[in-house]
Amino acid sequence: MALSKQQIAQRIAQELQDKWYVNLGIGIPTLVANYIPQGIDVEFQSENGLLGMGPFPVEGTEDADLINAGKQTVTILKGGSLFDSAMSFAMIRGQHVQLTVLGAMEVAANGDIANWKIPGRMVKGMGGAMDLVASAENIIVAMMHTNKKGESKLLKQCSLPLTGVGCVKKVVTNLAVLEIKEGAFHLLERAPGVSVEEIQNATEGNLIVDGEIPEMKL
Amino acid sequence: MINKVVKNAKEALEGVENGMTFMLGGFGLCGIPENSISELVSLGITDLTCISNNAGVDDFGLGLLLQKRQIKKMISSYVGENDEFERQMLSGELEVDLIPQGTLAERCRATGAGIPAFFTPAGYGTEVAEGKETREFNGKMYVLEHAFDAQFAFVKAWKGDTAGNLIFKGTARNFNPMMAMAGKTTVVEVEELVEVGELDPNQIHTPGIFIQRIFQGKDYEKRIEQRTVTPKS
Repeated sequence: MALSKQQIAQRIAQELQDKWYVNLGIGIPTLVANYIPQGIDVEFQSENGLLGMGPFPVEGTEDADLINAGKQTVTILKGGSLFDSAMSFAMIRGQHVQLTVLGAMEVAANGDIANWKIPGRMVKGMGGAMDLVASAENIIVAMMHTNKKGESKLLKQCSLPLTGVGCVKKVVTNLAVLEIKEGAFHLLERAPGVSVEEIQNATEGNLIVDGEIPEMKL
Repeated sequence: MINKVVKNAKEALEGVENGMTFMLGGFGLCGIPENSISELVSLGITDLTCISNNAGVDDFGLGLLLQKRQIKKMISSYVGENDEFERQMLSGELEVDLIPQGTLAERCRATGAGIPAFFTPAGYGTEVAEGKETREFNGKMYVLEHAFDAQFAFVKAWKGDTAGNLIFKGTARNFNPMMAMAGKTTVVEVEELVEVGELDPNQIHTPGIFIQRIFQGKDYEKRIEQRTVTPKS
């Protein structure tokens, strides 16, 4: 069975390491915060100026002056801090944030990512995504393996305007966990019950399958 | 202390004209200069270039200026929540310069800090870097980005004193401090205007030197874009 969005987030959460500062993008990445493994301390950075982001506020305590990068009302945990946008992106470009998790419309086998524009149709802007992907050492892309028409979003080459070049190293989709290196997708894990062949068929970019591929553990 | 206080938004916006470039603080609808925006709407000036991270929503924030076709050009990083904006942009009525959020913040900061340009990795290899100088430092590629030139900056702070010293609250800080530094004339509206001496100098986020005019704001709506809550159990 292909993973749900929650399960994709759950799998990505397994990548978190103790003492990491982590930036979570809008959509599936935001859900990662719900699955922090026991026994590790991580702090979430929101690029609009918040470190130590906590869960959504209890109804009635929401504060218009405390939101995340998705403009959702949030809370700040004890030990959290607030700062301006220039300092926020100093943290990001200065590589003080250890992991960035973001969504994508397309990812290519060379590590390129596209997620901000469909020419002539949808132009929302890149927000902080270009700064994040140009700077982060660790980028995990959370996405569906195919689009609504069933076409692969893991491509030889991105067709949409790029957000960043050669920057994505890991992709977690509803079908698989893949590493990007040497110009190819390397299959690391399969979603439970999903065959290598299904993943192969859903991947347009070069897919390397080396030996027995284990199922993800959720 | 140099007194920066003006009576109201009307007095604070004296000198704004058609065709000017403005900076407006805020992230989404959080920390936007609501009073100054209302005043710009009632002044009806047009052909404006607005530098602001977002463009408001259809019926609030900068969306109000868009509705009245007062904006000629927007310089933003994300404009996703505004249908009228998208319509004007796709039809070519509105000029739009989309730039990475960190680049936007740093360009504002550079403007106020006397730095004409700087190199950033954001956007290298994308259409954002087209036509711009690129350079390699320590094996990595960077794009040259320039400071802005804005006649007015409109800023919203939580508390301010009569000398223009400012304290922001929560994530309403966002772009406000850098824009405060960057405007040739910086206009600040505050929720609470206090006398000098009432704010602890250790807690000031933006020193008054950057501020030309400050006024007591009123009727803050502080609209929430995405109200996400956990139910009371």
